[in-house]
Amino acid sequence: MSKILRVWLCMMVGWIWTADASAVLEIEITQGVEAGVPIAVVPFEWRGSAPPPQVVSDIIEADLYRSGRFDTIPHRDFLSQPHDHNEVKFKEWRLIKAEALVVGRVQEVTANQFRVEFRLFDVFKAKQLSGFSYVVNGGQLRKLAHQISDIVYFKLTGEKGAFDTRIAYVTVENAQLQPRYLLRIADSDGYGAKTILESKEPIISPAWSPDGAKLAYVSFENRRPMVFVQRLLDGAREKVANFPGSNSAPAWSPNGSTLAMVLSRDGNAEIYALTLGTRKLRRLTNHHAIDTEPAWSPDGRHIVFTSARSGRPQIYRMRSDGSQVERLTFEGRENLRASYSRDGKRLTLVTHQTSGYHIGVLELDSKGLLVLTNSTLDESPSFSPNGGMILYATRQGGQGVLAAVSSDGRVKQTLKFQQGDVREPAWSPYNRKL
Amino acid sequence: MRKPLFYVLVVLMSVTIAACGGKKGVKDEGASVEDRGVSAAGTGAGVDAYGRPIGTGEAGDMLGRRKVYFEFDSATLDEESRALVEAHANYLANNPNMTLVLEGHADERGTREYNLALGERRAQTVSDFMGALGVSGNRIQNVSYGEERPESVGHDESAWRLNRRVEILYGN
Repeated sequence: MSKILRVWLCMMVGWIWTADASAVLEIEITQGVEAGVPIAVVPFEWRGSAPPPQVVSDIIEADLYRSGRFDTIPHRDFLSQPHDHNEVKFKEWRLIKAEALVVGRVQEVTANQFRVEFRLFDVFKAKQLSGFSYVVNGGQLRKLAHQISDIVYFKLTGEKGAFDTRIAYVTVENAQLQPRYLLRIADSDGYGAKTILESKEPIISPAWSPDGAKLAYVSFENRRPMVFVQRLLDGAREKVANFPGSNSAPAWSPNGSTLAMVLSRDGNAEIYALTLGTRKLRRLTNHHAIDTEPAWSPDGRHIVFTSARSGRPQIYRMRSDGSQVERLTFEGRENLRASYSRDGKRLTLVTHQTSGYHIGVLELDSKGLLVLTNSTLDESPSFSPNGGMILYATRQGGQGVLAAVSSDGRVKQTLKFQQGDVREPAWSPYNRKL
Repeated sequence: MRKPLFYVLVVLMSVTIAACGGKKGVKDEGASVEDRGVSAAGTGAGVDAYGRPIGTGEAGDMLGRRKVYFEFDSATLDEESRALVEAHANYLANNPNMTLVLEGHADERGTREYNLALGERRAQTVSDFMGALGVSGNRIQNVSYGEERPESVGHDESAWRLNRRVEILYGN
């Protein structure tokens, strides 16, 4: 009886918290940019009855600033507030040293239908670079704002934007007494969070399938770490590895057919490849030291992994059939949990220096290691799909928080959630479009 | 035992450390071990699966101690830990129906997956040593929780040293 009541109460609490979560996120820019492209994002004109459900221009401005590639000019410096091309006086924007200008308007067409117009200008050439108009419902406004950010980013940098993407992470509430572990998915800026799994036992290592439709992760719900794959559309989940011992560290091959993972079924952590269709299992490493944290190269030919075969954990690379193992990291006491950038040229990893555990980037050609963070317990880094940002977990004020750093180290930010300890972030591949 | 006074001191020190943690609002191991007693196959306190006491409960009593501690990134047993494991191996020899779960843990430094493997390795070390002392492998089950179930939630060496451990949980 009391157990039923407790379960029911937990469900209630879970529901309330889930519904409330998007409202309590706080993004704090902890280190700003010095030499980004100066851009002016004019607050979009609002034509509607009630206050707008989302302030589209604020979302765009925050996206561009967080990327580290732009210096957003304060609104108080603006000499006018244009919303359309015929209202723009380029001289005014040259005067405040803006190189790019974003203007637009959001109009309520019918109940919950909005027309969003935006234009991007090159201030020096006095020329429109892009301009679109969309009609979407209220629930799609935030996603649309991220897509506009992606267009601006592409037009000005020549590289694909990654604002319209998602992140997965794990939140732990009440860690000391009766922990509740929540596997969650949110927009790349942390808003719009949804819980996809709730458990009393730990959940770690979420990994996106290459098509963004599934997550593989490790759950301890059966008192032992096992690998699950869950479809995001309907929540259907499948246990894909429950061999004796630990089953962990799932990593998708680029074509989505195979999961590399770590099994201790032979007594020691080794890396295996499990073909999902046939359930064929192939052992890739064979060493008495710990081998773990596999990650595929984007072309599928290599797997990087962490191994303690030199005495301390360092990053190694092998062919995806397990042959030709070579050590990649030599700087720092230890290096762990590497994963590739989408172009395959860099790895992001956790590097243990005398000052603590930091996030680093290793250039594969030069083997040069760039240390990006100075907090001491940083872990779980992953590149944004365009390689511009790295999302990771760190601790702040005794609490686990998510943080992001531009891959050149210039801009840092933290995503603070009001409740719970947040950890194990993973950045999705590119999203489907509206 | 060869050094009873030493063991008494170690026990006193652990108690003191736990008490200090409590004062600072840091949780000691009490609550979480009870949780796991229910959840895991064995029991954490000084009793077997039926609540019967194991060991005498006196100071210096090896069987009353169920946690083996390790150095940073190490799965090596020191002399004291070997004596502790030996006492449990002897107990198992005299109680052939008793089985156990060896639960490996790590401190929070480093990555979760590496620590999961490290916890497994620590459990395996204890299991191997028990095997060498004649305990049959099919009476022992290893499980690793990595850094997921800290004994102390602090973020310094005084907490970390308590978290790098293998817990010996009896069942049958």
